[in-house]
Formats: sequence, structure tokens, C-alpha cells
Amino acid sequence: MITSPFFVKPTPLQVVMLKVAAALLPAIAVYVHVFGIGILVQLTLATLTALATEAACLKLRKYPVKPFLLDGSAIVTAWLLALSLPPLGAWWMVVLATLIAIAVAKHLYGGLGQNPFNPAMIGFAVMIVSFPAQMSRWAAPLALQSGPLDAGAQLAYIFTGRLPGGIGFDAIASATPLDTVKTVLIQHGGLGDVLQTTLFTSGGLLPSQMGWIALAYLAGGLYLLFSRIIPWQTPLSFIAGLGLMAAAMHLYDPNHYTSPLFHLFGGAAMLGAFFIITDPVSGPTTPRGRLIFGASIGVLTYLIRVFGGYPDGVAFAVIILNIAAPFIDQYTQPAVFGRKAKQNDSSKKGAKP
Amino acid sequence: MSIMSWAEAKAIIHNSIWKQNQGVVAILGMCPVLVMSNNIINGVSLGLATSLVMLVSGAAIAAIREFVPNELRSPIFILIIAALVTMVDLLMNSYVHDLYVVLGIFIPLITTNCIVLARAEAFASKNGVAHSALDGFFMGIGLTVVLGILGAGRELIGKGTLLSGIDLVFGPAAKSWVIHVIPAEWNYQFLLAILPPGAFIGLGFLIAGKMALDRRAEARARLAAKAAEPAGLVEGQSHC
Repeated sequence: MITSPFFVKPTPLQVVMLKVAAALLPAIAVYVHVFGIGILVQLTLATLTALATEAACLKLRKYPVKPFLLDGSAIVTAWLLALSLPPLGAWWMVVLATLIAIAVAKHLYGGLGQNPFNPAMIGFAVMIVSFPAQMSRWAAPLALQSGPLDAGAQLAYIFTGRLPGGIGFDAIASATPLDTVKTVLIQHGGLGDVLQTTLFTSGGLLPSQMGWIALAYLAGGLYLLFSRIIPWQTPLSFIAGLGLMAAAMHLYDPNHYTSPLFHLFGGAAMLGAFFIITDPVSGPTTPRGRLIFGASIGVLTYLIRVFGGYPDGVAFAVIILNIAAPFIDQYTQPAVFGRKAKQNDSSKKGAKP
Repeated sequence: MSIMSWAEAKAIIHNSIWKQNQGVVAILGMCPVLVMSNNIINGVSLGLATSLVMLVSGAAIAAIREFVPNELRSPIFILIIAALVTMVDLLMNSYVHDLYVVLGIFIPLITTNCIVLARAEAFASKNGVAHSALDGFFMGIGLTVVLGILGAGRELIGKGTLLSGIDLVFGPAAKSWVIHVIPAEWNYQFLLAILPPGAFIGLGFLIAGKMALDRRAEARARLAAKAAEPAGLVEGQSHC
């Protein structure tokens, strides 16, 4: 019989990235069901751009190309980015965003393991700051379009920007649930009966059809959690931070602040909770630090969504807290095993124990 | 005191524009560099205004350097610089008013631009009038070059134009001088380059580019030195 002590063999990065990508698959499947195959085109474009950019950067920096290319980290970045952009966005948007994410946010800072910011979120932030109009052009879920676009039409729209039969994009466009709520609040000062429109009721139990994508992210996230790929502290504290803020404000004035369920299953909350803020490179490494990190992102996301200028705040909240991560780490160092928690450096050096 | 020799002048100019370029080597005066470099015209205008102030302030401070008590030098320098900036401010207000409105607070702020005080402190208070004037002016020109390149890059990537806003300097007739590198009908826009992050990223690339050029020159000089020396002596030096 084998007895302790055991060595824990670290999981190779390739396996980690493979599992993260696998955990995204259910959400991608639901995404295709809700929005059509446009997202698959976006994912392919993002993957190809990411691999090409990664290879070019490695070559320029005189690093071995093959091992870094095969570790899969660029592909995960690309997928996360493609999943946060509009599903029928023009082809150059996802290409540009991925290029910036890999070349600027990752390699200019020193490559894998050195980037202070989450590359996917930098790519997203650059796009929403530079192209606010194009970034808010979301197509309506297929079920809500009067004549749903077939696969070929979606493909053509992504590459040429033209729709068949001369219909304009406005005919199939729809604001995202978060965007809709924000607009209604600005125009009328209250939610009124906007939540009774088909965009929201078509989701059934969840706030909208996109809620089901979020549910699939949650499922994938739980898989990652139970296979110990991601720590529990970050997602849990993020959900708690966002949920509690939303709950408190919803109780205060339900006609002005939407429910916690709406916030947790709307926008990028679930994607962020399990796939983005759990990035091991750009987040803190101490358990207490992770709790603070996640909760702060949750609260900040809520504040940006409700009081800020952008409909969703996950990307900006993540970027702000990314740069605070080393600071959080410094102040949350756990006690060294075998020592009392309150000991600091000066008392360690003292003569008496 | 005789006027400097040509070699001395060349050394000062080379030092100001390349070796100690205030924008990308000393990295001073970041506030106007980052804010006003969103197109060539803004950047170069502000750079030239700064150069003018530095030319006169260098000469003025060098002229009185013997009489200034060491403890009081900072307020005295600032007073001189502030007086000069006020003159430039009033001049720009009357002659290029449209540009003056665009540059706004950054003209009075030349007073607090650390490049001006840094050169007064580091050079003008220790050197002769002609040297200081030359140093001040070319330090300003060095900054202007950085502002121009950064402005051109940001303008080109952000809007696809060059020299936009030139009518602010040369009057409405100059409006047609704007170069549309990317045709205006395309409505090309990449806001990031125009917004503050573009300034930081662009400046980062400029600093990296300057370093790369320096390193390449260094490597070439080392190669040349190696070739000139007898083969046996090179071993020990190749590591420095």
C-alpha cells in the first residue's frame, strides 16, 4: 500500500487548457442553438488569428514556436474573446481584437505567464472603446427574428456585411438584455413592463435566452471547479459580490434595479466568473486574496452596469482588479506553515520565541 | 566670452535631440506629450511653443546665473519661465487664436513642464548664455520631433489622416492641405489611437524603437572595433 508523503505532479498546461476549452463546449452548443452558426465562424477566425499572431510574436522574440503554440493558451484566449464579441460582428472585428489580445496584451508584456492583464479582456476593452457602435450591433436570438437567417446568410453577413433580399441589419438586430434595460431606465426612469417583452420572456425561467448560455457556462465552470482546474474562491466571491449587490438594490427599489438572477445570468457574468477572473496569471494567488479579488470584481461589475456608461462592466472590472492583484497578494500572504499567524518579520528575528 | 565652436554646438545639438531626448530618454513632461499628441499640428505647435520658451529661458537664466542665490534659484527660475510663457500665451492668443483654443490649458502649463525647469537647473545655471540658449532650443526641438512622430502615428491610425487641423494655424484656406491617407468616404476610425491609451502605447513603441536603434548602433560599433583590433585581444572584451 502506498503511504504518504505524496508528491503532487503538476498538471501540464496543455491539459489545463484542453479542459478549459472542453468546459466551454456546452456553452458554445447552446450559443449556436440561440444565435446560429455565426459564432462558429467567429471562433474559427479568432483561433486562426491567435495561432498566427502567437507564432509571429514567438518568432520575432526568438522563442521556440512549437511548444508555446501547442500549449493551447492562445486558443483559450481566442475563444473567450470570440464568445464576448457580437455573434454576427464583421470578420475584421474579431481578427483585430485577437491580434491586440495576443500581440499587445500578451507578448508585449513578456508572453505567457507575464501578462498583468487578462489578454481577452484587453482585446474586448479595446474594441468597445474604439468601436462602440459596431460592438452594440447584436443580432436578436434566432427564435425572435421574423425570418431567421440561415447559415449561409450569416456567413455572408460576417464577411461582406450584406444581408440577402436587401433587408437592413436593423430588421434582425436587437439590443442585449443588459443594453435594453439600461436604455429603458435612461428614457423612462423606471423598468415599467420592459421585462414582459419577448426578449426577456422567451428565456423561460431565466431572464432571457442568453441566460441559457450563461447556464451552460455555469455547468462548464462547475466541471472545472470539481476537476480542480480553478480555485473555488474567485468564482464564488464574484457571484456573491454581484448577487448581493443586485439583491440589496433590487429589494430597495424593484422598479429601478433588476433582480440578482437577471444580473447573474445576463451579460458576461457567468463567463467571467468561471473562465476569465480565474485566469491564474493575472489574478492573485493567495486564498484570501482570491476572495477579495472576486468580490471586488463582482461589486465593480454591478456598479459599472448600473451607474456606468457601458451596458456590461465585467471587462473593465477585471482589468482594474488585474492591476491590483500584486497589491492584494502582498497584503494577504498566509502565515508560513508552522508559524503563528500574527508573527511579522521583526518578531521572527527576536531572540525569544 | 567667445561664442562656442562648431564642434561644441554639434555636441549640444546631438545630445539634445538624440542622446538625452526629453520625450523618449529622459521621459519628462509626460502630461503635454500624452495629451497633445493626438495629431501632428497640436503636437508640433505645442512643441515649438515649448522650444521658444526654452530658448529664451535658457539664455535669460544663464545670463543671471552669477547673481542668483543658490537657495532662491527655483522660485527665480520659475518666475522667469512663467513670464516667458505668459508672453507666448498672449502671442498665440492673438495670432493663432483657433489653435490657442484647441491647446487650451496646455500653453500656460508649459511653465510647469518639468523639461523647462530641468534644463534651467541642469544646464543653464552652469553654462554660458549661447550654450544654454542652444541647449534649451534643441531640447525643445527634440521634444517637438517626438510629439510630431507620435502625433502622426496616432492621427494616421486613429483617423487615417495627416495634418488634420492645419487650418487652425494657416487659416481656412489651408483646409484642403489635410492629407487623407485613407479616403475620407470610408469613415475609417480607430478611436483607441486618438484616446489616451493610444498615447501611452505609441510612446511605448517610440521608446522601444529608440532603444533598438541605439543597441544596433552599439553592436555595429563593437563589431567595427573588433575588426580593427588584432584577433588575439578580442576575447576579454566581448563580454562587456
